[in-house]
Amino acid sequence: MTTVLRPPSDALDRAWLTDLEDEAIHIIREVLGQFERPVLLFSGGKDSIVMLHLAMKAYWPSRLPFPVMHVDTGHNFPEVIEYRDRKLADWGVKLVVASVQDAIDAGRISETPGQLRNGLQTVPLLDAITEGKFDAVLGGARRDEEKARAKERVFSVRDDFGQWDPRNQRPELWDLYNGRHRPGEHVRIFPLSNWTELDIWAYIEREGIEVPDIYFAHKREVVERDGMLLALTEFTPAREGEAIRTETVRYRTVGDATCTGAVASTATTVADIVIETAASTISERGATRADDRASEAAMEDRKRLGYF
Amino acid sequence: MPGGLLRVVTAGSVDDGKSTLVGRLLHDAKAVLADQMTAVEVASERRGYEGADLALLVDGLRAEREQGITIDVAYRYFATANRTFILADTPGHVQYTRNTVTGASTADVAVILVDARTGVVEQTKRHLAVMSLLRVSQIALAVNKMDLVDYDEAVFDRIVTDFAAAAASLEVDHFTPIPIAALSGDNVVDRSERMAWYGGKSLLEYLEGLEIADEPDLPARFPVQVVIRPRTAEHPDYRGYAGRVEAGILRKGDAVSVLPSGRRSTVTGIDTPDGELSEARAGRSVTVRLADDIDIARGDLIAGIGDPEPASTRELSATLCWLTDKPLRAADRFRLRHTTRDVRAVVDAVESRLDIASVSPMPADELGLNDIGRVRIRLAEPIVVDSYAINRSTGAFLLVDETSGATVAAGLVR
Repeated sequence: MTTVLRPPSDALDRAWLTDLEDEAIHIIREVLGQFERPVLLFSGGKDSIVMLHLAMKAYWPSRLPFPVMHVDTGHNFPEVIEYRDRKLADWGVKLVVASVQDAIDAGRISETPGQLRNGLQTVPLLDAITEGKFDAVLGGARRDEEKARAKERVFSVRDDFGQWDPRNQRPELWDLYNGRHRPGEHVRIFPLSNWTELDIWAYIEREGIEVPDIYFAHKREVVERDGMLLALTEFTPAREGEAIRTETVRYRTVGDATCTGAVASTATTVADIVIETAASTISERGATRADDRASEAAMEDRKRLGYF
Repeated sequence: MPGGLLRVVTAGSVDDGKSTLVGRLLHDAKAVLADQMTAVEVASERRGYEGADLALLVDGLRAEREQGITIDVAYRYFATANRTFILADTPGHVQYTRNTVTGASTADVAVILVDARTGVVEQTKRHLAVMSLLRVSQIALAVNKMDLVDYDEAVFDRIVTDFAAAAASLEVDHFTPIPIAALSGDNVVDRSERMAWYGGKSLLEYLEGLEIADEPDLPARFPVQVVIRPRTAEHPDYRGYAGRVEAGILRKGDAVSVLPSGRRSTVTGIDTPDGELSEARAGRSVTVRLADDIDIARGDLIAGIGDPEPASTRELSATLCWLTDKPLRAADRFRLRHTTRDVRAVVDAVESRLDIASVSPMPADELGLNDIGRVRIRLAEPIVVDSYAINRSTGAFLLVDETSGATVAAGLVR
C-alpha cells in the first residue's frame, strides 16, 4: 500500500514554499491562541493531508492538541479510508466522523435519487460542529480552486446557521487575524488560502509526505460521463449504453466517488505529478468535479449555506 | 525573501480597465486554464458581450457578475519562469476603498491604474494615499488605454506630472510610470512597438525584476503566539515560545528582553520540526527557547537588545482607516488587536481627517466610512509598539467592535 517517495532534492527547496509554510504555520498557531475548541477537516485528500502536516509542525514537539473531522458522504474510495485510519493511528490523532448516511437514516436530511451528495454534507457538518462545540474549523480550501473561494478570508466567520455572507466579510489586514465571534457562531480557518495546486504537490515532494495511492497512475475500469472519466464502484455502476473500458488514470482531487472524475495519466511518482500539474491546461475542479459544473455560482451558493 | 513570493496589489477607478489588465496579465502569463477560459467565453456570450470579457475571470461573486463591478478583493496566483506572484485585485468604487486597504496591507508593490483619457482623478489620489500610508514600498503608475489617445507621449507625460505632484504631497519619493493598453496587451507582458518613445520595461518585466528593499535594520521582534510545553516522555521539560519573527534577525545566543515585563534573557535555541536553526530572519515561523525560566505568555514580545527600542505604552497616537458605516467619535470603545495581544481601548480624540482632493489633513471630530484620520487612543493595558514607519507588523493594529466582533478600523502607530 505504501508508496515509496523520492527523497526531496535540494533543487526543490524553493523559497516560496518556505514563505507559504511560514504563513500557514503562523495562521494555525493563531487558532490555538484565539480559540477554545478547534477541529481540522480531514478528508484524506492532498490538501487536508498538507494542512494536517502543517498543523503537526506548528505545535511540534507537542502533539496535535485537537481532533480532526471527516465529513463522510458514504461514497468513499477504500484506498483513502485505509490511508485515513492507518495514518491517524500512527500520528495519534483523534478522529470525529460526521456521516451523511447517518443523517439520512436519522431523517435530518433526505436524498433525492440521482442527487450528488456533496451538497448534503452541510447538515452533518454543522450538526457535528454544534455537538462538538467547535469554535474554529480548519479547512484546506484554496483561493485558486474556484472563483468564489478566491473571495474568501483566512478567518471567515459563520453565523449560527453556518452561513457565509460574501458581501459582509471582515476586512483582513496584515497578518492580524480577527477570530472574535459571538456564542453560537464559529470561524472557518483556511491556512492554505494562498497555495496553488502546484504548490501543494511541490510541498508534498519537498517534505516527503505520503498520499493515498489513488493519486498515482493505476489501471481502473471507467466509463466516460459528462466528459469525465468516472470509476466503476458500488455507488457508480455503468449506465445503460455506457461503454466500460480499462484506462490508466489517477485522481487530481479526492471527493465523493460519485462526482469525482479521474484523469488519464502515467504519473507514478510525486515528481511526475509536479511536472504533470505544471503542464496542465485544465484546472483541477474543471477536470474532476461534476458538482461545480452545475452553474456559474454553484460553489458560492453551497458556501453561503455552510459548505466548506 | 530572495526567490520568494511577490505580493502585488492593483487599484484603479471604475472603468479604468483594471479587471481587463489583470485578465490580460493572467492570460498572457499563461495562468488561465482552458476550462476557465471556456467558462468565461460561455458567460460572456450569455451576457451578449462581443468576445470574452476577461473581467469575468476575476469577478467571482454573483453580485459582482450581475452588476459588472468588482466588490471584494480577489486573490489570483501566477508564476513566471522568474517569479511567483500573489495578486490582490481590489475594487475601484469609492465605497469599497476598505478592500483596497486590505489588499495594500500585505503588498510589496502597488500597480495604480489611470485611464489615459481622464488622467489623475480623486480616486487615484485616494489609492495613492492608501499605498503611501500602508507603506507599499514600490508603486507603479500604469497609464491605461493609450490606444485611445493615439499612443501620445505628451498625454502620458502630463499624467505623470500630475501624479508626481500628488505623490510629493503624500511623501512618496519614487514611482515607476508605464504606458499600457490592456485590451491589446501593449506593454503588459511584451514591450509595445507602438510606443517607441517609451524606453522602459513592460509591466510584467518590471514586476519580475523588482527588488524589494528589506525593512529598515531593526533588532529582532518576536511576538509570542503560543507557549509549547509537550510534557511527553520524550520532551518532559521542553518549554518553547512559538511565533513568527516580525522584524530583524533572531540569532541563537542573542541577548533579548521580554516585554512588557522588561526581564532579560538569552536565546538558547531556535527550533523547527526540521531541526535547529542558528538564526531566523523576518517572516520565519519558529519556536524559541530561552536560558531563564521566566513568565512568558501569548501577547508578550521577545525583542533583540538595541536601538530603536520598542515602546511599551498605554497611549497611542495613530492614523486610522475607518472601515465601517457607523462613524467614529471620541469616547467610542473597542477591542484593540496588536500582534498577538488583545486589549480594551477608548478613542480619546479624533484630531484630523485627510482631505483627498487637496491631499492634506483637515480638522475633524469624526471619521466616516473610508476616511483616513489621526486619533489618540488610550488602552486598558500596555502594548509594545514600534512606529509603523519603522515596522509594518509591530506598528499595525485593528480596532474591533466588542459586541459584533467586526473589524472596524485599520490602525497605524505614528
